[in-house]
Amino acid sequence: MQTFHADVIIVGAGGAGLSAGIAVAEQDPSLRVALVSKVYPMRSHTVAAEGGAAAVIRAPDTLEDHFRDTVSGGDWLCDQDAVDLFVAEAPKALTRLEHWGCPWSRAEDGRVQVRSFGGMKNERTWFAADKSGFHILHTLFQTSQRFPSIQRFDEVYALDLLVAEGAVGGLTGLSMQTGEAMVLLAPSVIIATGGAGRVFPFTTNGAIKTGDGMAMAYRAGVALKDIEFMQYHPTGLPGTGILITEGARGEGGILVNKDGYRYLQDYNLGPPDPWPRRKAMEMGPRDRLSQAFWHEQKKGRTIKTSAGDDVVHLDIRKLGEKFIDERLPMVRELSRAYVGVDPVVAPIPVRPVVHYTMGGIDTNIDTATDLAGLYAAGECACVSINGANRLGSNSLTEILVFGTRAGLQAADRARSQVDRPATNWDAQIQASFGKVSGLMARTAGNESIVGLRGQLHGLMEGAAGIYREDAPLRAACAEIAGLRRRYRELAISDHSKVFNTQLFQALELGAMLEIGEAMVHSALARRESRGAHQRLDFPQRDDVQFLHHSIARSGGQDAPSIEHKPVNISRWPPGERVYGGAAK
Amino acid sequence: MNPSPMPVSAVGANALRTITLEVFRFRPEQDPLPSWQTYQVPCREEWVVLDALNYIKDHLDGSLSYRWSCHMAVCGSCGMMINGKPILSCKAFVRDFPDHIRVEPLGNLTVIRDLVVKQERLLANLSAVKSWLIPKTPAAADEPYRQTPVQLDQYRHLSMCINCLLCYAACPQVALNEGYLGPAALALAHRYNLDSRDGGTFERMQATASADGIWECSFVGECSEVCPKHVDPAGAIQQMKLASSLDWFARRLGLGERS
Ligand SMILES: Cc1cc2nc3c(=O)[nH]c(=O)nc-3n(C[C@H](O)[C@H](O)[C@H](O)COP(=O)(O)OP(=O)(O)OC[C@H]3O[C@@H](n4cnc5c(N)ncnc54)[C@H](O)[C@@H]3O)c2cc1C
Ligand code: SF4
Ligand code: FES
Repeated sequence: MQTFHADVIIVGAGGAGLSAGIAVAEQDPSLRVALVSKVYPMRSHTVAAEGGAAAVIRAPDTLEDHFRDTVSGGDWLCDQDAVDLFVAEAPKALTRLEHWGCPWSRAEDGRVQVRSFGGMKNERTWFAADKSGFHILHTLFQTSQRFPSIQRFDEVYALDLLVAEGAVGGLTGLSMQTGEAMVLLAPSVIIATGGAGRVFPFTTNGAIKTGDGMAMAYRAGVALKDIEFMQYHPTGLPGTGILITEGARGEGGILVNKDGYRYLQDYNLGPPDPWPRRKAMEMGPRDRLSQAFWHEQKKGRTIKTSAGDDVVHLDIRKLGEKFIDERLPMVRELSRAYVGVDPVVAPIPVRPVVHYTMGGIDTNIDTATDLAGLYAAGECACVSINGANRLGSNSLTEILVFGTRAGLQAADRARSQVDRPATNWDAQIQASFGKVSGLMARTAGNESIVGLRGQLHGLMEGAAGIYREDAPLRAACAEIAGLRRRYRELAISDHSKVFNTQLFQALELGAMLEIGEAMVHSALARRESRGAHQRLDFPQRDDVQFLHHSIARSGGQDAPSIEHKPVNISRWPPGERVYGGAAK
Repeated sequence: MNPSPMPVSAVGANALRTITLEVFRFRPEQDPLPSWQTYQVPCREEWVVLDALNYIKDHLDGSLSYRWSCHMAVCGSCGMMINGKPILSCKAFVRDFPDHIRVEPLGNLTVIRDLVVKQERLLANLSAVKSWLIPKTPAAADEPYRQTPVQLDQYRHLSMCINCLLCYAACPQVALNEGYLGPAALALAHRYNLDSRDGGTFERMQATASADGIWECSFVGECSEVCPKHVDPAGAIQQMKLASSLDWFARRLGLGERS
């Protein structure tokens, strides 16, 4: 076993984790940063983001507009103090990235260009062609190399937090390359492990997005906030779930059903013309668009692909080859490769796909959890600026703004904790590695990773998809509890130490079962429809009973408990979400 | 009540084609030598080789190890030799290959296990060449630098590198000289050299123009052939050689540095 001492440990080296690391290093180069990631930093899923990052850059756009779009987009479940902070910090965060070399797309005069995005009143999305996340991640990674105080622990899988007397003290991990047990100790730990889309079967999220960090905090007693809110993106490629960026619609693409009809006008998002037009039709918010698809499918107005999938058509042909190659090259590349369609000459088949985890580790506006020393930022956290429905292009900005903030907070705490008394962590360390050796030692068992994962997927999609309802949710709660029991009997066939990916899949499955359970319990308790959480049995938003955050606390091996927490509504009382012709 | 479930990895009823995958196996704790293992995989029409490997992992042999994440050719994890050529397995469509596909770890790199290779060489070299922006002029606090689309176009293609190491697997010099910085690291150094905001060319030359730098390249051009993102590292290295010799002459003539 190897032990390392640091001042700040960061779990996750995506956009949020790297931002945090750089912030600590810039703030105080004497602080030792341990940056832990189960993949090399540039493999993190931030790399897959396409469309861009929102920040107010010039008139007529205003911070107030960004605030209002975000809060109404989130169906008033956002904390307004956090949104205020977010929109004010956003331009600085994106400018900082520009100073570090990010190749933002430019106007002729050399200024950064912005494009429109769903649910946004003005053009405010900074983009680097349609590879924004890729460029953000590589710029951050490359910049992070400048700082000798950042020590990377690449391909180290974080297992459990070490906690004593209400404060975090470090974590356990495994080197993936050697299988060696590792203990990292520090007074500040930042979790930046990204979302949990893989809890669902059909998702834009990469294989690594299994919610490990959320589960780690949850097991340590920290709550998951609003975890029932899962965003479906309306335009994923059938089969693979690969995302076609909202940018395609922002630039003028349209969605049509099997009759070639722009069906969104039937769902309070019209009239269809003039087009393109902000906050209307195809540029409405994602929850509404995904729900409209569900209704079209019910009405039999979707299109069947040869593989049997129901799709609608995203048509960008009007934009022309030159424009598509310049502004949407990745859309063309992905569409040609993965569905064999060249969008210059034919419409792209698309359908809704699980995309973004709005909820996450409960933090305050300073990214601090209620466990002293533990911070969380990025998609794994719920701070909360996304409320019931995230607006596209807010989360790339979020990972920069709150990643940086987490770094500064964690640095402050580390500096104030120099004379910490030593803690004996042996029992917790043994318990943590004991789980792994138990799994490794079990040779006989009837349960398989594929079997349990497949059943979890079926339950999540069946009960917690675009529309939800009491009975299936109740059943899913019971059945996931059963899956968790059976998980304890899981045996794996690979007992080697070196790069044992089966072991890590098994650990990830454990996290997904915990997160999935918290999701269905929270969804069951929220007896209203708000943003991405739509209940067939409670179709209206209910501000009297449910204008609050859901707080899911782990019950250990038993079911979680669901509590409430007030939403910060400091200055804009709940109103109607208006899109389409009536939107201003 | 919900959209019909669509299992991503399950094999659907339509158009199955059985492929023989011959996969390189090496588990250092138990295998004295590498070996080949053969699997029969029923593949769907739209599958890539990575889907076939996932099928093996899920249904035939859970001990097979390889890296992957994004399944959309952007994270750079899943490079392998497929029928002898370095390629991203998530972009290698089974339909483009014969019924017998041979899968090996990326060439020229140390095998950790099965299809997993050591990547530290690239990571170390990216730092060695200072692949980050070294500002020519200090930035104004809250104001982005100006950069015109024409200036952006100078380096844009070089910034597309996903660090997938296919070029390292293809390059004969990488095999011959363990210290050689390699195509991707040099291309990224050049990416910053060509950035209108950057003034670090000379600083980077300590590495790029060293014995392990650009002069090691024998311009075979294989790196540019295999690059999935059209980065053209070979072209970048040629340009750097040219710029470097001009610098050398300029300095001999007492004209100072160009940067
Ligand atoms: C296809 C796609 C397109 C998107 N497009 C946009 C867009 O245009 N605009 C926008 O604003 N947002 C977009 N998003 C959302 C946005 O990209 C993400 O929310 C954001 O990048 C998340 O960043 P992160 O740093 O929180 O997490 P990630 O980038 O996912 O990083 C997570 C990190 O945690 C590490 N990790 C996880 N578990 C462990 C463990 N057990 N041990 C050690 N390390 C661990 C991983 O290795 C990784 O380094 C998109 C998302 C997807 C999937
Ligand atoms: S230059 Fe091309 S082949 Fe080489 S690492 Fe970069 S993307 Fe991969
Ligand atoms: S899985 Fe990401 S590049 Fe292939």
